[in-house]
Amino acid sequence: MEYTVVCKQLSKLYHQGDVTIAALNKVDLQIQKGGFVCLSGPSGSGKTTLLNMIGGLDHPTSGEIHVDGKRVDQMSKADMAEMRLRQLGFVFQAYNLIPVLSAHENVEFVMQLQGMDKKTRADKARAILKEVGLEGMERRRPAELSGGQQQRVAVARAMVSGPSLILADEPTANLDSVTAEMLLQMMRRLNDVHGTTFLISTHDKLVMSYAKRLIGLHDGEIVDDERRN
Amino acid sequence: MDLLLRMAWRNIWRHSRRSVLTLLAIAFGVVLLVFNIGIQQGSYDVMIDNTVRMFAGHIQVQRKGYLDTPRIRTSIPNVSKLAADLRKTTGLETVSARATGFALVSSRSRSYGVIITGVDPKYEPMVSSIPGTVRQGRYLSSPTANEAVVGSSLAKNLKIKIGDELTLLGSGRDGSVAATVIPVVGIFNSGSTDFDRHMVHLPLQTFQELFTMGDHGHAVVILSKNLEQLPDTMAKVKNYLGQDSKLVALDWEQLLPGIKELIELDIAASWFIYITLVVIITFSILNTFLMSVLERTREFGIMMALGAAPFRIGILVMLEAFVMSLLGVGIGLLLGAAINYYFYVYGFSVPGMEEFAKQFNMPDSIRPQMSFFVFSIGPSVVLGATMIAALYPALRIRLLKPVDAMHAV
Ligand SMILES: Nc1ncnc2c1ncn2[C@@H]1O[C@H](COP(=O)(O)OP(=O)(O)OP(=O)(O)O)[C@@H](O)[C@H]1O
Ligand SMILES: [Mg+2]
Repeated sequence: MEYTVVCKQLSKLYHQGDVTIAALNKVDLQIQKGGFVCLSGPSGSGKTTLLNMIGGLDHPTSGEIHVDGKRVDQMSKADMAEMRLRQLGFVFQAYNLIPVLSAHENVEFVMQLQGMDKKTRADKARAILKEVGLEGMERRRPAELSGGQQQRVAVARAMVSGPSLILADEPTANLDSVTAEMLLQMMRRLNDVHGTTFLISTHDKLVMSYAKRLIGLHDGEIVDDERRN
Repeated sequence: MDLLLRMAWRNIWRHSRRSVLTLLAIAFGVVLLVFNIGIQQGSYDVMIDNTVRMFAGHIQVQRKGYLDTPRIRTSIPNVSKLAADLRKTTGLETVSARATGFALVSSRSRSYGVIITGVDPKYEPMVSSIPGTVRQGRYLSSPTANEAVVGSSLAKNLKIKIGDELTLLGSGRDGSVAATVIPVVGIFNSGSTDFDRHMVHLPLQTFQELFTMGDHGHAVVILSKNLEQLPDTMAKVKNYLGQDSKLVALDWEQLLPGIKELIELDIAASWFIYITLVVIITFSILNTFLMSVLERTREFGIMMALGAAPFRIGILVMLEAFVMSLLGVGIGLLLGAAINYYFYVYGFSVPGMEEFAKQFNMPDSIRPQMSFFVFSIGPSVVLGATMIAALYPALRIRLLKPVDAMHAV
């Protein structure tokens, strides 16, 4: 079995004055390639912290993280940035997009950082925007798009360079249920078609209903792990 | 790069009013610098020109050592012929021979030590403004005439008027006593106390006879068309002198070291004002850049999460600063150049200056210097200072952690 993500005894402690908060407490986790995994749990249970650790946005206090077989927790900041650029896609709750860039340019931005040539960039951006159903809106700025459309652009941007893992932190939190459902259907389709692994954190029952695997988090520990279909 | 440039451009116009204000601050600073430095340099040009034209000339050919120790024996033989030759070589009429000595002058009531200058009445008015400032009587008429022209303060001190006689007493080149009685035909008022108090002009040959000089003199004075032509004229003179190791060609900076010092002193004083101006501009820009960076913390966090290295984001910020500063400097330079050009054509004069200028045979207005220096120094200093100012917010980005940055709103 191939694993996209492996966490071993992963802990993240925050110190606030004399109090130490274990945002993650010795988490062991394996996520298979091609998974569509939902991370649920109450507020403060450590969902965002876990995603950030896996995504190399922050260093854990102890334990190991492997993404695509590479040790993330021991990487330098620069290597982490490089890994985020080449292997990961991020979708956040809101205000994901660079406001001065159009939908098309937002998608292009990542490929530009990767040093891709202009022609390839343009072709890929157009194709992925079409795939997420934003054909004809390429030139709009984020302010001229609805919340759902903005999230689609964010997903398109995360997908465009074919990452092995997409980390989405409450991507539907600011969307109404209809829009949220459309976004989820789209992400599931991308998961099916491209085999990209998704790890999505949420409070939302709707999101959970789309998951192939549902992990429950509580006080920084995994309390539930349910595989479906 | 193209996407980065597009981002920089749009980011500038995100807060268009703030950017326009900053831009105008930069432009205003550049206009002030370009205009002030233009006028300052222009006024130095006038100052140099006036001083040079008053008496010293742009170039003097002298016997080596005469400048440091002006002895009457350190003289140039056949000085009139040298002057004629230099007229030919340089193609300039404004070349005149002189001889200089010291003497005691007495009127009926008083005596003073003065500098006696023997001049060629035909050419002296072309190289010196002093003949043009004769207010009473006239200037010298011929090289052989027995007549003198004196400065106004000297005339007042001696209590003499036109037609009165002076007694001169000095020592000649050969050590003999040089003494004569000579009528005053003119009184000049150059505006320079030094000249007006201590100077007497005699025709060259009269001088040579009085001081037993033969055909010797002490200097050939050359006035170039202007300062720009000076190096060219100097080259011709030096070329003519060639291997004659007894003579040297000195330029105005060597002849009038005081004026150079005066200018340097004035520049040093104005530095303070310019630096203050640049610092004020720089801080206003630093403030803008810092604000524009701080309010985009979350955006930078997102960019970092996507894999942009802080270095890249720093480049973006520097690019924004550069484009903005370039715009401001460009506008400032255009405006400044237009203003300077206007005053270059029509002249810049301070009220009251015209009267004063006419009296002392000086130009009645200043023209800003139209030089590369004037148009480049202000703009490049401002551009440099703004880039340094932008460095601080740009480097701060390195301290951002993506997680914290994304918490910011
Ligand atoms: N930078 C920080 N400093 C101190 N404590 C932190 C920090 N970030 C998170 N925590 C704490 O760690 C715990 C986990 O936080 P986390 O953001 O991962 O929760 P979450 O499951 O994402 O919650 P939510 O559903 O509200 O987004 C919380 O108790 C939180 O207060
Ligand atoms: Mg969270």
